[in-house]
Amino acid sequence: MNLSVKINEDSNLKVLEVSGEIDAYTAPELKESLMPLIKEGGNQVEVDLEDVQYMDSTGLGVFVSALKASKESGSHFTLRNVQGRVYRIFEITGLSEIIDIKAAIRGGNE
Amino acid sequence: MEAFDYIEMKVPAKAEYIGVMRLTLSGIANRMSFSYDAIEDLKVAISEAVTNAVEHAYGENESGEITVGFGLYEDRIEIMVADRGGSFNLGEVKSETGPYRSDEPVEKIREGGFGLFLIEALMDEVKINNKYGVMVIMTKYNREEEVDMDDDQISTIQ
Repeated sequence: MNLSVKINEDSNLKVLEVSGEIDAYTAPELKESLMPLIKEGGNQVEVDLEDVQYMDSTGLGVFVSALKASKESGSHFTLRNVQGRVYRIFEITGLSEIIDIKAAIRGGNE
Repeated sequence: MEAFDYIEMKVPAKAEYIGVMRLTLSGIANRMSFSYDAIEDLKVAISEAVTNAVEHAYGENESGEITVGFGLYEDRIEIMVADRGGSFNLGEVKSETGPYRSDEPVEKIREGGFGLFLIEALMDEVKINNKYGVMVIMTKYNREEEVDMDDDQISTIQ
């Protein structure tokens, strides 16, 4: 039930590999890793959710904050490899329309 | 009266127990033969309800408990999440809930407020009572059983 966040940086491309479950307990850790990269400005920030099988509204909150901050700082923010169940949460809440999401190839857009 | 099994747990109102409740419910729903997708819906719904209680029911320096009850019926599960805190303004929380509408500018999107909306989207029935603290009672039917019953009927006709 824990979360781990690994950051790979290649000049202004920052990839966050997240694995585990995102809920109210683990979301603060994700937010702490993600927000500074977004706020830096001019970054291409990609959050890889391939190993995230569970996420609830607290995760949505983090990504909404990130989206807002990216508009202000001029960073670009993308989610990739979003798994079917997690993608569904974005879809139900309508956020899949506004956040740049690349779903996982298998069953992501069911 | 309809027979059912009842399980009740009390956990401290702390975020680290949200995952524990999720795993507990997953075990119970699995025992009841809910489908994989239904179990995933239930996990999100209980996490949202427990998260609301953790975040709104008690003050920062206040410690409290959350009571979670599971009613296991033949065709459905009923989940109750209750706190005894007083500071949870339900009207306010409810008015801030709902999906994102595409005419909203990005700056105006709420960061919270998707929790109750998700519970309502993922469960079949949701009742909220806020007389003494807040109590969320939510029900999900076991659709797989319904499908099985229909299958049986079809096979009898044949």
